[in-house]
Amino acid sequence: MKTFNYHSAKDVKEASKLASSNSAFLAGGMTTIPSMKLGLASYKDIIDIKRIKKLTGIKVSGKTVTIGATTKHSEVASSKDVKKAIPSLAALAEGIGDPQVRNRGTIGGSIANNDPAADYPSACIALNATIHTNNRSIDAEKFFRGMFETCLKSTEVIETIEFSIPEKSSYQKLPNPASRYAIIGVYVAKHKTGINVGVTGAKSCVYNDKDLAGALTKNFSSSAIDSVKISSSGMNSDIHASSDYRANMVKAFAKKAVDAC
Amino acid sequence: MKKIVVEVNGKKVSKEIQDHTTLSGLLRDILNLTGTHIGCDTSQCGACVVHVDGKSIKSCTALAADLDGSKITTIEGLASNGKLHPMQEAFKKMHGLQCGFCTPGMVMSAVDLLKNKKNPSDQEIRDWLEGNICRCTGYHNIVAAVKEAASKM
Repeated sequence: MKTFNYHSAKDVKEASKLASSNSAFLAGGMTTIPSMKLGLASYKDIIDIKRIKKLTGIKVSGKTVTIGATTKHSEVASSKDVKKAIPSLAALAEGIGDPQVRNRGTIGGSIANNDPAADYPSACIALNATIHTNNRSIDAEKFFRGMFETCLKSTEVIETIEFSIPEKSSYQKLPNPASRYAIIGVYVAKHKTGINVGVTGAKSCVYNDKDLAGALTKNFSSSAIDSVKISSSGMNSDIHASSDYRANMVKAFAKKAVDAC
Repeated sequence: MKKIVVEVNGKKVSKEIQDHTTLSGLLRDILNLTGTHIGCDTSQCGACVVHVDGKSIKSCTALAADLDGSKITTIEGLASNGKLHPMQEAFKKMHGLQCGFCTPGMVMSAVDLLKNKKNPSDQEIRDWLEGNICRCTGYHNIVAAVKEAASKM
């Protein structure tokens, strides 16, 4: 790993001030550190935001669950409040990586990285999340831009992620048997205001499948999905799964998710 | 360079380290605690699992500079007064290892499991050891060892 200057920021203002186009914020480091070791990334400055107290914790209000950016997967998975308000979100966190990854990895790190096979981005889409940074509040649909790309600026720090509590929801994934990343992950959420189907693992970036959501709006049952045609065009094709297989799995796991709602 | 003070296996340690030193690097190369193994070095294999402030983590993917003030327990810190930890005894008794490379991580991971779950089922043990890879045993005897330890602890 190439060397860098390590900073532990005491507050968000300091973290943002230290940041540049040649820096990275460090939360759990579950992707950043291996990426630097493999030579896929290098930075002049690593700005650790883990010790900033206001960035961690879980708050449930009447309609929303708000999770601090540096809250760990294991904390979300075991939170009684999250389990009660949005059980599917706690279950998603429990299915990320392995116990040691969940003891370090954070929700803010996961969405800032926007890995096309990560779990949390689908939750943000399905649960109408608002991403609050030190500068602004961003709708999830606008936050995720493309492969490993978000609309975050280099000095912008995610502070909290605010999820709407749905009437019912379920996240179902076909995990890669080694890494537990999603080969396909489908997050179905039924809100008073409408239905979202967040799909991860299928394309270069998470998306809301409007066709599936449309079919479920007319009839919220897994049989409603039978007639939806899922095109494999633009879907990932790799050693784990071909694009045709992925398209088929999106449908299968959307049905599974609806049945589990 | 950064100065850190940590507690490793009950002893206070104060060291000057490079900014990019990992916890596994601190343990093995600076403190000569080579029981913590490095397999993949990118957090998949679990050979490097240690406990930090009571929780199991992969030491290859944690920066030492970030752990200033932490309490760290490694495989060397499990035995007390020359007596093996019940988990170590159980791995020995149930042949939960062959080459032994993954064993320190397996043991540290399994000890953390039993802290949270006194009598885990086979499935719970297998789920928990998701992040620990063994090339020799086929896992069967590792699961048996964890169950044996659970019955003794």
